[in-house]
Amino acid sequence: MPAVSKGDGMRGLAVFISDIRNCKSKEAEIKRINKELANIRSKFKGDKALDGYSKKKYVCKLLFIFLLGHDIDFGHMEAVNLLSSNKYTEKQIGYLFISVLVNSNSELIRLINNAIKNDLSSRNPTFMCLALHCIANVGSREMAEAFASEIPRILVAGDTMDSVKQSAALCLLRLYKTSPDLVLMGEWTSRVVHLLNDQHMGVVTAAISLITCLSQKNPDEFKTCVSLAVSRLSRIVSSASTDLQDYTYYFVPAPWLSCKLLRLLQCYPPPEDGAVKGRLVECLETILNKAQEPPKSKKVQHSNAKNAILFEAISLIIHYDSEPNLLVRACNQLGQFLQHRETNLRYLALESMCTLASSEFSHEAVKTHIETVINALKTERDVSVRQRAADLLYAMCDRSNAKQIVAEMLSYLETADYSIREEMVLKVAILAEKYAIDYSWYVDTILNLIRIAGDYVSEEVWYRVIQIVINRDDVQGYAAKTVFEALQAPACHENMVKVGGYILGEFGNLIAGDPRSSPLVQFNLLHSKFHLCSVPTRALLLSAYIKFINLFPETKATIQEVLRCDSQIRNSDVELQQRAVEYLKLSSIASTDVLATVLEEMPPFPERESSILAKLKKKKGPGAVSVTDLEDNKREGGELNGGGDRGPDTSAMAASNASTPSPSADLLGIRSAAPIGAAPTSAGSLLVDVFSEAGPAAPSAAVNDDGFLSSAPPSEDPAAPLSEADDLLNKFVCKNNGVLFENQLLQIGIKSEYRQNLGRMYLFYGNKTSVPFASFSTTVSCPGELQSQLNVQSKPVEPVVEGGAQIQQVLNIECLTDFSEAPLLNIKFRYGGALQNLTLKLPVTINKFFQPTEMASNDFFQRWKQLSQPQQEAQKIFKANHGMDTEVLKAKLLGLGMALLDNVDPNPENYVCAGVIQTKGQQVGCLLRLEPNAQAQMYRLTLRCSKDSVSRRLCELLAEQF
Amino acid sequence: MMRFLLLFSRQGKLRLQKWFTPMSDREKKKIIRDMTTMVLARQPRSCNFLHWKDLKIIYKRYASLYFCLAVENQENELLALEVIHRYVELLDKYFGNVCELDIIFNFEKAYFILDEFLMGGEIQETSKQIVNRSIEASDMLQETMEEYMSKPAF
Repeated sequence: MPAVSKGDGMRGLAVFISDIRNCKSKEAEIKRINKELANIRSKFKGDKALDGYSKKKYVCKLLFIFLLGHDIDFGHMEAVNLLSSNKYTEKQIGYLFISVLVNSNSELIRLINNAIKNDLSSRNPTFMCLALHCIANVGSREMAEAFASEIPRILVAGDTMDSVKQSAALCLLRLYKTSPDLVLMGEWTSRVVHLLNDQHMGVVTAAISLITCLSQKNPDEFKTCVSLAVSRLSRIVSSASTDLQDYTYYFVPAPWLSCKLLRLLQCYPPPEDGAVKGRLVECLETILNKAQEPPKSKKVQHSNAKNAILFEAISLIIHYDSEPNLLVRACNQLGQFLQHRETNLRYLALESMCTLASSEFSHEAVKTHIETVINALKTERDVSVRQRAADLLYAMCDRSNAKQIVAEMLSYLETADYSIREEMVLKVAILAEKYAIDYSWYVDTILNLIRIAGDYVSEEVWYRVIQIVINRDDVQGYAAKTVFEALQAPACHENMVKVGGYILGEFGNLIAGDPRSSPLVQFNLLHSKFHLCSVPTRALLLSAYIKFINLFPETKATIQEVLRCDSQIRNSDVELQQRAVEYLKLSSIASTDVLATVLEEMPPFPERESSILAKLKKKKGPGAVSVTDLEDNKREGGELNGGGDRGPDTSAMAASNASTPSPSADLLGIRSAAPIGAAPTSAGSLLVDVFSEAGPAAPSAAVNDDGFLSSAPPSEDPAAPLSEADDLLNKFVCKNNGVLFENQLLQIGIKSEYRQNLGRMYLFYGNKTSVPFASFSTTVSCPGELQSQLNVQSKPVEPVVEGGAQIQQVLNIECLTDFSEAPLLNIKFRYGGALQNLTLKLPVTINKFFQPTEMASNDFFQRWKQLSQPQQEAQKIFKANHGMDTEVLKAKLLGLGMALLDNVDPNPENYVCAGVIQTKGQQVGCLLRLEPNAQAQMYRLTLRCSKDSVSRRLCELLAEQF
Repeated sequence: MMRFLLLFSRQGKLRLQKWFTPMSDREKKKIIRDMTTMVLARQPRSCNFLHWKDLKIIYKRYASLYFCLAVENQENELLALEVIHRYVELLDKYFGNVCELDIIFNFEKAYFILDEFLMGGEIQETSKQIVNRSIEASDMLQETMEEYMSKPAF
């Protein structure tokens, strides 16, 4: 029999639980449960109407069985019946069963809603609380529809009991989170805010959760809460520990409410009112001071509650990021915790310091703790603490301490837990690249990474080292020598073989002078690893071999022999076989000149963001890293060096092999072909026409037919921009490639790519006629203000464009700061003696310099509310110009360059995006929200950016897109 | 906000589960499995916090029972520990020196007490006196002893 059975213990239930506990085996337990289920089923089905008590008991047994992990497929109706019992305990069990077992789409919801409605209007506070709890627990859409308008009334009514108010506030919060569109605060807003002044601390504690959530979504409507929150906080902070009676927790006055108040304040910028701000700073100082006072109790609960407030205050200080004095004090306080004997505090201090490291005011102060943090990484017994230490080292790294930090992280990697190795590898790779002054150090670091943790070195990491070596000729000889040495190890990781093969294939000649690393020695070394490698690596090695034949003609015979042997030329793997056959043929029939051209050294990779960083962001989950990374970039003025993010592709290495599907073909980053094919939205003619050898023979469906030329006066001055120029510009806001302009004579195609604040645009001028264009010239100009905002450089073009031919022009674009106008492209040429003069707007718009930022819902809304000043927001409501097809909208938003965030907006119909605009001078964080209304065929577009001119410009640009 | 609270024994037997957001049974089972393996594998004297997906997991052992609370990322870990502690205190006050068996045999009471303290994943009432008073008040509403005695056992 049970040791304890309190209250209205149900004896039958207790007996049943005892029975289950006495079961010796799982089978016995199942048998006993099945027996009980059969019994309950027969009781429920029996002719005799069950009394309330029995019903309650059986429902409770079912609940118990369910909680043991068994499925329950009946009894719901009996539970619903209990709801209308007027005996409290029966009702209570009914509601408990519903809360635990009924999911939000149950058919019973209507019956349940009826019972809830009765209880809500019963004016019996205990019944009302039960009903509110049930709504909060189930929280379905139907419930929101039924009660969302009723609950605010209960919450603010003067005669509502305190306990009911508390339940109503939290119930409303729950509904708001599931169906924000149904909870309309409107007229209640100010009365809800004033609950912060309520005399009952419990009411304030419950209400503040609701207010915080509402403030995050509608900061303006709730901003009066700031001063109320500050004065409430101030009263709590300055109260003696006994003033608040039962709301004092282990001598700490109202820790939960204090933390909630501090969190509410984090929804807003620092108060503008000097008096309010002064009072708040005073509170924060008091909290920091109290941390230094001797504890009032030795109990851990006392120190936890006290420090919880302290950490929350530090979060607010970091959020404001404007009080250097407080930031440094916060940092010192955390510094003390770094050496605290409580593991929890060390963990939290490391975590909190990570965010401090990204503030310019406290970055240096954080750095002073480097030795302690390194020590934590080495000596902490708990892996989660070590993980935080590694995060903090990453966050505090800059040029001054990079070598030390990277060395420590490398040595930690040797013993690191498997669970965090891959992330550590990425971090080391990023730091090594970002802060490399001397690239031999970088190469050493990455090779060490591969040596120590080869299995965790992802493709991105080894691609990257190759990109950098290829782009920097000062490090190539060193790299060749180092990989050669690394390959000497009897057992080396396959990733090392890949890097070695690639680098020796490109730069083996740089060390071939030394007899110890003569061509044949290099080849034999590589080939000794061949048989232990996987197919993709072997494919890469075969490409290295053919490169060897070009670099070192003396190895030709040996290599041909290898290619010719059955294990290559008849390899069962199609890729290997094809390479062997093609390379063998190529080496035997091509002249040395042809070989030298085909197998030429790889050209430098285009500059772009490190793909490793992207990978880390993805791995780490949104939000966590992006903040520090963005901040890091800000401090360092962007990426140090510009490798490409395309993988060094083995088939590109052997140019003749373009048709061979390479193992990493999809990584070929330049995306020359893909986007063209992928942009079927370009109305009518595809750019393929422009590129085709056949010239403009195919009469492409002209985008803009006649009339443009006649609108341009035949003068030598650049013509005024076409009246349609803006429309043309708008076509390219969400895409980078396509036909910019076309008339009967001329077609202009565009291909462009952007990285960070740089862009490159290829213009293709196609002569559609059979007559040459003479005196062909183009000028790009940045009118007015744009001159200081955008830097566009172009090379002059050939003066003649033959009939049917196409010429190409490359523009390099640098974004210095944000801009609103577009650069102008003027084209002049003579066609059959007549001067043609045409000016277009180049589709360079501010959004091209977007870098997408992934983030989770709470990060998004936190940033959203941080950008709450009225001028930071631009909003437009407009009629849909195009269909409102989801996929098309998504494609457009992606083309815009921001990250399209799923599962962020509570309304799945809405779209939200986040990105950072990279300009030379600064980074502008931007958040976008697009709310379609399919019925009205309207959109509401809202932009919030850290710079107001950007919000306005983006809003203008985008309103034309949908 | 808090996402869920699990109570399980050292052997990994689940004693109480409270979910503050709707979730499918499959997800629940997966989370329960993940939490028990993760928390039970922790070394003694480790810190009480873990990162799991985008949530923070705060756990603490009281005698034979582990209390494991998942909160959203911006929540305060130390305070979450005290949420657990306050719940233990409330159970203790109600049952008088609470033990695992009390929670097994009176699981519905453990739920009712939790509901007085937390709601929708937020704190509803932090005062121990007020929570206890309302639990006692609801016990007063039950049937009289005579009524109780006259019920059949099965």
